[in-house]
Amino acid sequence: MSIELIIGILNIVLISTTPLVFAGIGELVTEKSGVLNLGLEGLMLVGAVTGFITLVITGNYFYSLFLSIISGVILSGIFAFLVLNLMTNQIATGLALTIFGIGLSAMLGKKFGGTPIDGLNPYYFIVISFLLVFFVAYFLSKTKTGLIVRAVGENHNSAYSLGYNVIKTRYLTIIFGGVMSSLAGYYISICYAPMWQEGMTAGRGWIALALVVFATWKPWRLLVGAYIFGGVAIMQMNLQAIGVKLPGQFFNMMPYLATIIVLVFISSNKLRLKLSAPSSLNIPFEKNQ
Amino acid sequence: MLRKILTLFSFLAVISVSAVHADQKKIGFIYIGPPGDHGWTYMHDQGRIYMENALGDSISTTYIENVPENADAVRAIRKLAASGHDLIFTTSFNYMDQTLEVAKEFPDVKFEHATGFKRMDNVSTYSARFYEGRTIIGHIAGKMTKTNTIGYIVSFPIPEVIRGINAFYLAASKVNPDVKIKIIWNYSWYDPGKEADAANTLINQGADIIVQHTDSYAPCQAAEKAGVLAFGQASNQEAFCPNSHMTSIEDIWGPYYAAKAQAVVDGTWSSEDTWQGFKDGMVEMSPYNTKLLPLDLILEAKNMETAIENGTLHSFEGPIYNQAGELVVKEGEVADDGMLASMMFYVQGIDGEVPQ
Repeated sequence: MSIELIIGILNIVLISTTPLVFAGIGELVTEKSGVLNLGLEGLMLVGAVTGFITLVITGNYFYSLFLSIISGVILSGIFAFLVLNLMTNQIATGLALTIFGIGLSAMLGKKFGGTPIDGLNPYYFIVISFLLVFFVAYFLSKTKTGLIVRAVGENHNSAYSLGYNVIKTRYLTIIFGGVMSSLAGYYISICYAPMWQEGMTAGRGWIALALVVFATWKPWRLLVGAYIFGGVAIMQMNLQAIGVKLPGQFFNMMPYLATIIVLVFISSNKLRLKLSAPSSLNIPFEKNQ
Repeated sequence: MLRKILTLFSFLAVISVSAVHADQKKIGFIYIGPPGDHGWTYMHDQGRIYMENALGDSISTTYIENVPENADAVRAIRKLAASGHDLIFTTSFNYMDQTLEVAKEFPDVKFEHATGFKRMDNVSTYSARFYEGRTIIGHIAGKMTKTNTIGYIVSFPIPEVIRGINAFYLAASKVNPDVKIKIIWNYSWYDPGKEADAANTLINQGADIIVQHTDSYAPCQAAEKAGVLAFGQASNQEAFCPNSHMTSIEDIWGPYYAAKAQAVVDGTWSSEDTWQGFKDGMVEMSPYNTKLLPLDLILEAKNMETAIENGTLHSFEGPIYNQAGELVVKEGEVADDGMLASMMFYVQGIDGEVPQ
């Protein structure tokens, strides 16, 4: 293999993996505070379509990025209100958010599908994604606020009795996760495949969710995991193009299979599970208990 | 009490609707992707709109989009059949068994399954001879490639797709014996990101022409960005990649849909197998890009179209060998429709194996 070929492959891996890093790192922070948001796919699609429409109308990348982020704030804010204040079931609400996001993005984008745009250079986002992982890793392990987030996720009653505002903390982590998903969607419709088409995220939200478990809620592992998933997908394309016979369907299910294996692995060891998964994940918090 | 009132209301609603449109026929469509894909589903939706315009008030249409090719398809098709549709078009190959399953339950409903080969008294099949278009683009690709490497992005290993690869390669290697095609199977019809990855991978491996048999225009866009040439898929995609789009193979379903809907309105519908190409206008080539293609090559392509129409040229003219070197079509003969419909092998010269 020549150097050019390898650089080319790395380039494609970087471009295709970045949305997973964005959505995954956001969800990781949300889950660390004890909330499971299954709405990533919907958030990504709405972020993608909002950014795209704004870009078509205004021609301004800054506005489009800004509105895409706002869409994430609003949608995840609604999700946060439902699960935190009204204490709805997180799984059901998250699924509803995905279904809602798929429908809403399709409706908003109806007139805009097939409008050609000039894509944005993906490298800005690739650099930002690495910085983000660094920032989140530092935040969760080295800062006081980060420790509060983790405390809330481990045991919200203890955190509450220590005087921390559980609801406020979770609002912030949910909205952070929502904004990251919007950015992932924005990246897909503006940089990765500059277009709007319904359902164009094609299940990446679910892969990002699997990735958080695969990474056992650790930011650096999430980055490595994302590049393993992305790298394997691109490698199998390269092998196919060279003429090596491969079971392509197998590679499509690889991320999910790997996640199940990790799940089996961590749940076979109670201590390991305890160290990794936030204990209050998916448990609603009631103040007066 | 409330329930009784509601039941009464819904009953009245049904009566009033059926009173207004007593003889209006309901026609349903099952789509694999969104109508906005600017590819396969888009063209079926264009066909549906053409049919609506042609038949006016005598029909009404419904469609369900993004229906996966699994048990969900049965539910979607049954939903249409159970809600009083007279004719249902299922527009993807892997809806085949699901269509038959529902058709058995609803013998009075007519079904039209695209690109399949299993029929019943109330199930017709129809398809377009897209491979005729693949012969044209193969010819163009063979003459236009400088690296002699062509990247080909495909969805699933089904006869329609494999037939396309073979038709393309036969035409390309005829004018350029050194041509090689690199094939990537994506195992999805529609994932713009993955289609772009595949296109970039092929370009990275030296392909200077990108051919696709998937449904989004991402490959063409990737080609545009990398400065290589491409062919569009299903609809004219020149707007998205003006400096790399040479032409597209367009699927024209409208006239067929209108004819079949008219047959249902007239009560003359019968189960049949329809397979049309350039001759009947079910397949057309998008305008050839005069900025990219030399005039004499455009003229050759147009002459080939005419030759295929009047039968003097066939995409699968013998002698054709398979990869094992066995003669599958004898000299002076052409592949019959039976062989084409079930084609699951590569012709000699294509590297790699057909995935199972």
